[in-house]
Amino acid sequence: MKKVTQILVFSSLFVSMLLAHVSTSAQNIKPDADNAGLTLPKGFAALKVADNLGRTRHIVVNKQGAIYAKLERLDNGKGILVLKDTDGDGRAETKTSFGNYTGTGIAIKGNYLYAASNKEVFKYALNDNGDIVDENAAATIVTGLVDKGQHNSKSITLDNAGNIYVNVGAPSNSCQEKDRTKGSMGMMPCPILDSAGGIWQFKVDQLNQSYASGVRYATGLRNVVGLDWNNQLNQLFVTQHGRDMLNNLFPDLYDTTVSAELPSETMYAIKKGDNAGWPYIYYDHFKGKKMMAPEYGGDGVKTVDDKYINPAMAFPAHMAPNGLLFYTGNQFPARYKNGAFIAFHGSWNRSPLPQEGYYVVFVPYENGKPTGKWEVFANGFSGKSVVKNPRDAQHRPCGLAEGPDGSLYVSDDVKGTIYRIMYQK
Amino acid sequence: MQRIFIVFVFVFFFVAGASAQTNNKVVAASIARGKTVYLQRCMVCHQADGGGVPKLNAPLDASTAVNGSDISKLIKYIVKGLNDRIEIDGEFYANAMPAAADLTDQQIADVLTFIRSSWSNKAAAVTVAQVKQTRSKLK
Repeated sequence: MKKVTQILVFSSLFVSMLLAHVSTSAQNIKPDADNAGLTLPKGFAALKVADNLGRTRHIVVNKQGAIYAKLERLDNGKGILVLKDTDGDGRAETKTSFGNYTGTGIAIKGNYLYAASNKEVFKYALNDNGDIVDENAAATIVTGLVDKGQHNSKSITLDNAGNIYVNVGAPSNSCQEKDRTKGSMGMMPCPILDSAGGIWQFKVDQLNQSYASGVRYATGLRNVVGLDWNNQLNQLFVTQHGRDMLNNLFPDLYDTTVSAELPSETMYAIKKGDNAGWPYIYYDHFKGKKMMAPEYGGDGVKTVDDKYINPAMAFPAHMAPNGLLFYTGNQFPARYKNGAFIAFHGSWNRSPLPQEGYYVVFVPYENGKPTGKWEVFANGFSGKSVVKNPRDAQHRPCGLAEGPDGSLYVSDDVKGTIYRIMYQK
Repeated sequence: MQRIFIVFVFVFFFVAGASAQTNNKVVAASIARGKTVYLQRCMVCHQADGGGVPKLNAPLDASTAVNGSDISKLIKYIVKGLNDRIEIDGEFYANAMPAAADLTDQQIADVLTFIRSSWSNKAAAVTVAQVKQTRSKLK
């Protein structure tokens, strides 16, 4: 009898292990018949984890597979959603919420969840199930960051040495004396850079830090929304939104086509103390040069060769890289490992040309460097073959996250759809 | 008497019709000029369809303020720009609107007439006199 019991216990353990495996394996999750409306490379499939959530900005997935999503507009007074797949079908069955502030950034490191408003960063303890221990016990680790409306979203990422990195976007297009005003020249030096237009570093275990206690880790970055710590290289990477309106502000120097195609959107590998050059320069990926900004004497020809770092990668203008994620999973084919995914929110100032972006891009890496060629990985978010006007886009990619099984999650901040992309070959 | 009356009625309709036609022509010319101003100065942010950019630049199409009767407010936005964070039809927009004080009274009247009669908008034309009057009060 004892032996029978042992066998029963053993086999039931075996079965439950199998079931546990089934519930998390992407191979066994049925994708949506239309792949959630997305076009993907061969062998990939997608489903909508959840829909109509509101303005979901950045997202993070805990070890147990639950999704935390930061909202840009409160939903029933709450700004962070928790989505759980309770039956293993890949879709979220339960939705709860907490936190009474809006914002963009959200991240998990160790047993803590970090979330950003447009001025502060908060920290919550997680228990062994990956759940928030006490939703009302948020520790304010950073406070008093610049929030003047324009470029006010705060994205966050963490290194492995107890630091958190926060972007503070410049509340300006190009540091003109009068913002976005035709012919107005740039302020010299740009006073905005003291408290914005860069990445600030803070300690994860100190409360109420602000500019005085933080470190301006990198400057000359107009508006970074995508940022991620690359654990393979142990280095910070960021994606910058380049300046707008070269033609409208300096019509004698730039025609509408040049203005639609320049400047490049850029990804930088950041070292402490780096200066990427905003507002004094912009990057031209056609020439492969840093160009003097017209507000500071540039004319579309003058280059600036010293002082400022070069981008690790440049992309077509105005596509708005809102999410950056280095893929560390094993689910996708080997070429994706340690490469970068970038969620492009989609452009608005490429008219009279059609708008661009509204897709997720993959940048292959070899030996810690991008190979130089990027490719569209997931397209179809907008629901249009060509987006002429931004309001026509049904969905716009914003945040990226990797699940414990290596699935890639993408958030949309128009309708609040969360996509899960899996490799099923 | 009856005959005089008929002639009177005829003349009345002729004159009224002609003046309406003249007025239509004037407005149509203003819209055409306004479109040029719009393409150069407004479209990059407010877009070809007047739909703006969600969360960044306010839409002009179907906007309550654009179609409203407070024309002086619209003139002021163009001359002075708009840096305050204001709610427009239940939404906030992050980008500042630059002042376009270099535009003439005629150009402002034209561009507003174009905007107020384009897409789904069906509001009355704006005249140079209205721009002049509002502008003289703006410091």
